[in-house]
Amino acid sequence: MEIPAIVGAGLVVIGVGLGIGKIGGSAMEAIARQPESYGKIQTAMLIAAALIEGIGFAALFAV
Amino acid sequence: MRKKITVKTTTFLLLLISFFSYGKEDPAKEEKNAEIKAYIQHHLQDSYDFNLYSVTDDNGQIHHRGFPLPVILWDNGLKVFSSSKFHHGEAVAKAGGNYYKLDHGKIYKTDASGIINYDESHHATNVKPLDFSITKSVVMILITCILMFLLFKGLGRSYAKNGGIAKGVGRFFEPIVLYIRDDIAIPNIGEKHYKRYMSYLLTIFFFIWFLNIFGLTPLGVNVTGNIAVTTALALLTFLITNLTANKNYWKHIFWMPGVPVPMKVILAPIELLGVIIKPFSLLIRLYANMQAGHIVLMSLIGLMFIFKSWIGSSLSFGLSFAISLIEVLVALLQAYIFTMLSALYFGFAVEEHDHEEAH
Amino acid sequence: MEKLLEQFSVGLFFWQTVLFIALLFLLKKFAWKPILNAINEREEGIRDALTSAEKARREMENLQADNQKLLQEAHAEREAMLKEARDMKNKMVADAKEEAQAQASKMIEQAQAAIESEKKAAMAELKSHVAGISLGIAEKVLRQELSNKDKQIELVESMLGEAILN
Repeated sequence: MEIPAIVGAGLVVIGVGLGIGKIGGSAMEAIARQPESYGKIQTAMLIAAALIEGIGFAALFAV
Repeated sequence: MRKKITVKTTTFLLLLISFFSYGKEDPAKEEKNAEIKAYIQHHLQDSYDFNLYSVTDDNGQIHHRGFPLPVILWDNGLKVFSSSKFHHGEAVAKAGGNYYKLDHGKIYKTDASGIINYDESHHATNVKPLDFSITKSVVMILITCILMFLLFKGLGRSYAKNGGIAKGVGRFFEPIVLYIRDDIAIPNIGEKHYKRYMSYLLTIFFFIWFLNIFGLTPLGVNVTGNIAVTTALALLTFLITNLTANKNYWKHIFWMPGVPVPMKVILAPIELLGVIIKPFSLLIRLYANMQAGHIVLMSLIGLMFIFKSWIGSSLSFGLSFAISLIEVLVALLQAYIFTMLSALYFGFAVEEHDHEEAH
Repeated sequence: MEKLLEQFSVGLFFWQTVLFIALLFLLKKFAWKPILNAINEREEGIRDALTSAEKARREMENLQADNQKLLQEAHAEREAMLKEARDMKNKMVADAKEEAQAQASKMIEQAQAAIESEKKAAMAELKSHVAGISLGIAEKVLRQELSNKDKQIELVESMLGEAILN
């Protein structure tokens, strides 16, 4: 039995969602702990999220 | 407790509705579904005429109301004709001795009878002429460009007139300009170099934002959800990044300082791939977000016509209203992220750091 | 991916690039430069105003400090002057006292000396007086004594007797 590609894409999206959720959550915690370095944390968060998001898109468009 | 019950009830109702809508094998409904699907597909694509609305008359004939746009083809010489010749894809257009026909929103070269051949995966095998038509998206881009030019030129002039203080809409746009300068350009690029990139960052931010917002208007043209548009934007960021990059940037790509030699060899292709992936993710992100937003929004609106019951339709009305609000936010957020990441990449390109300290 | 490539429209890409670059240069020339310059100028103006206000404030503070200092100096000077005057007065009083003392003691001395000399003079006068009186008495006595011949001889003899003994 062959697993359809869309299922794989769905799995990737789950992974990506978890990953971005983790980044966002950690960033929130970091900001709560050090509100003064809000800007730096936000930038780092966006970079990391953007990289993971890229994988998600790659998976979605590979289908 | 009460709230919980309400949530449960709503969920149950939704499930019930979806069950019924699946359960009934109503041919009329199936047709409706297919029509809505085709409509959404059509909306997401670019088109050769500016369609304002369509009406179906009593005979089941669909009439499109709008205005035609010029088609410009390069096929052994320039061919310019009005898109009304296609009759919304139903007729073969003759121009300069050649025949063209629309198929799935694309122009193909055909013979006089307009036959389009397909291969086994349903791809048309006819020749595609080089197409420089002024499509709906191009019109929208043009309108946005003119609007932006008039708006910001007026804003620029109002500063000179009022002794350095913005007036009218400038009061709204000035904080945004300042935000882009103080919170996007300066922290990411640095005090020394940011001035070079300001024009680009401001233009790209407002361009994307305005186009995103125009996409949400009832005329809603999905311009930023078009891969060609986002590719053009990301390509500019890519070119600017790599053409203004300093020695340091290339050194970090090909010969990462501060790591052992075998690592340098491994890192070089990864970094080089990163150079391509960065703008690629930029273009895909904007495209996918806008595309997905339009699909969700239009599907929810389409559900209203599928349900045709007061509870289902009102539910999907509320949902599509909420999604519309979210989409307004997304329109701004995507413009912000595109600008922010562009600034970040420019920042990497002009970064000057001490290797001893940084690594 | 295939679908994406199929969707990609060269014409749209071309128009987007051309129009966007045109927009970029037009806006750069006619909008962003004037806007950013105006904002920069205004910000610089505000910054200048703030710094000059700060400067004025600091000057004011300096002035106040100067005033305070001046006042303090004046106070100190007055104090010093008062102190000097008091000292002077005290000294003068002391000097006057001393001089008076000295004068007094000198006068006393002089008086004593005068008294002494007066005393001496008086004594000397007294002596000569006494001598005179004594001579008178002696003359009188002698005259009385020598009025009778026996007594004269007797005296001469006693005197001679004394002279021989010497």
